[in-house]
Amino acid sequence: MSSSVLHDMRAQPLPTWEGDITQVPYWVYQDEAVRRAEQEKIFAGPAWSYLCLEAEIPARGDFRTTFIGEMPVVVVRGDDEEIYAFENRCSHRGALIALEDGGNAQDFTCVYHAWRYDLEGNLKGVAFQNGVNGKGGMPDSFCMEEHGPRKLRIATVSGLVFGSLSDDVPDIEDYLGEEIISRIERVLRKPVKVIGRFRQMLPNNWKLYVENVKDTYHASLLHVFFTTFRLNRLSQKGGVIVSESGAHHVSYSAIDPAEAKSADYSAEKLRSDKEGYALADPSMLDGVDEFGDGVTLQILSVFPGFVLQQIQNCLAVRQVLPKGQESTELNWTYLGFQDDTPQMDNMRLKQANLVGPAGFVSMEDGAVGGFVQRGVACASDQEGIIKMGGEGYESAPYRATETSVRGFWHAYRSYMGI
Amino acid sequence: MSADISYEQLNQFNAEYAGCIDDDRLEEWPAFFSEQCLYKITTADNYRSGLPAGLVYADTRRMLRDRVTALREANVYERHSYRHLIGMPRITGRDEGGVAAETPFMVARIMRGGRTDLFASGKYVDRVTLDAAGALTLAQRIVVCDSDSFDTLVAIPF
Repeated sequence: MSSSVLHDMRAQPLPTWEGDITQVPYWVYQDEAVRRAEQEKIFAGPAWSYLCLEAEIPARGDFRTTFIGEMPVVVVRGDDEEIYAFENRCSHRGALIALEDGGNAQDFTCVYHAWRYDLEGNLKGVAFQNGVNGKGGMPDSFCMEEHGPRKLRIATVSGLVFGSLSDDVPDIEDYLGEEIISRIERVLRKPVKVIGRFRQMLPNNWKLYVENVKDTYHASLLHVFFTTFRLNRLSQKGGVIVSESGAHHVSYSAIDPAEAKSADYSAEKLRSDKEGYALADPSMLDGVDEFGDGVTLQILSVFPGFVLQQIQNCLAVRQVLPKGQESTELNWTYLGFQDDTPQMDNMRLKQANLVGPAGFVSMEDGAVGGFVQRGVACASDQEGIIKMGGEGYESAPYRATETSVRGFWHAYRSYMGI
Repeated sequence: MSADISYEQLNQFNAEYAGCIDDDRLEEWPAFFSEQCLYKITTADNYRSGLPAGLVYADTRRMLRDRVTALREANVYERHSYRHLIGMPRITGRDEGGVAAETPFMVARIMRGGRTDLFASGKYVDRVTLDAAGALTLAQRIVVCDSDSFDTLVAIPF
């Protein structure tokens, strides 16, 4: 079992990726040098990582603590109403500055030696700076302005707060591209409210979960609940959008009530096709076409570890955080809209049975990454095959494809230089 | 006048409930609830903050039956079982219809292969009523888990 802490950030040579993006070497989920390089080149590199929702920090001094990769960060609404984020690490001895998941603060004081930071992460106070009774104290040469936690750049899109540690990161509009932004705006089109938060610990490398999210091929094969209720048939109309960079994706589908049972599907006698399965209380699936376009499912990912989910009226954001080589934290934030009626509230609560750690259509995703991680234990020199739907990573008007998984690996290799 | 429900009855009821789940007799599990009910699995953070969503959310006994059917027929998960330890109920209210009670629990999860972990701890926030035949039945069981974190997945109910 690997360490949960990145003890040594010094670069070590990375293994050589021999094949192309259709052949993913299993060492990529196992190698410690890869893990260290990911923190430096991806999470602290020119990428935008999701931090929180604007709705979670509406007022001055409201904050949330979170992570960018494995680096702890604080996200705060400042005195000027702008959003700031900085490393959650005191510049004195490195202790966490903020210890709660969230709250409201005038400023932040490290509990260890009471060094004090303003809401923007600037060091504003050093306890006993001038000593006590003229004895001790910091040298005259000590300058508070020269010390402080690393600060993040911040960008917001439709109420989503993203942060980056890089000065070279493109503007969020260019990073995401118009197609991805329009699909974010499609869902987050009015003020949201948080209706619940859950944390799920996955027994696998973070990339295995991101691949799972992008993998439209598995959806109706692994998740029989969906299939049976025609929420996610591969043969339904739908498709995959992959951003030009390969990094981000949107998969979507819409129910086509006129469509007869697909011959392709039943001919293969798939495990997921169970006849005669019916709900005793189908009210769980009662939904409304609240976006007015008939799209019943839209799963959107932003590189490296963000997911926006619309499954019928079940809305959530998911944050994927590495917690060691073989451990991933998946943070679910379930959403509604502030103007939801009580009926709509109830509908979302019932549909939420579909998702999350106990979700009818998502519980398997909590385990399959671990099946891979355990399966490849002695196969670091072997590779996975990702050729469904071709070898490239272009958008596709169908979902029996792994195109967006290949897109992820294309982007990943660009960032990592492997 | 308040409902005549004793500690002994509540303890016996909870012991039956635990046995039903831990002995993998899940088909009997919905029968512990009223036809109109609330069963929800949530976290102490959500409960304290008034955030209403659950990992599992059922407002009819039929939805609980669907949960069991899905676990048997649809969902895929590695074989495992639970061992519940249910503590002493704390009766927090009584009226003609029944009692309100809060009862602590711990659930160990035993995985295929033998690994046993403390999987969840928390309290049941219950409303227990008497059905037409005078038997105890849950009008509400909110499972408030102490931790906001769940390992891998939650398939079997708490």
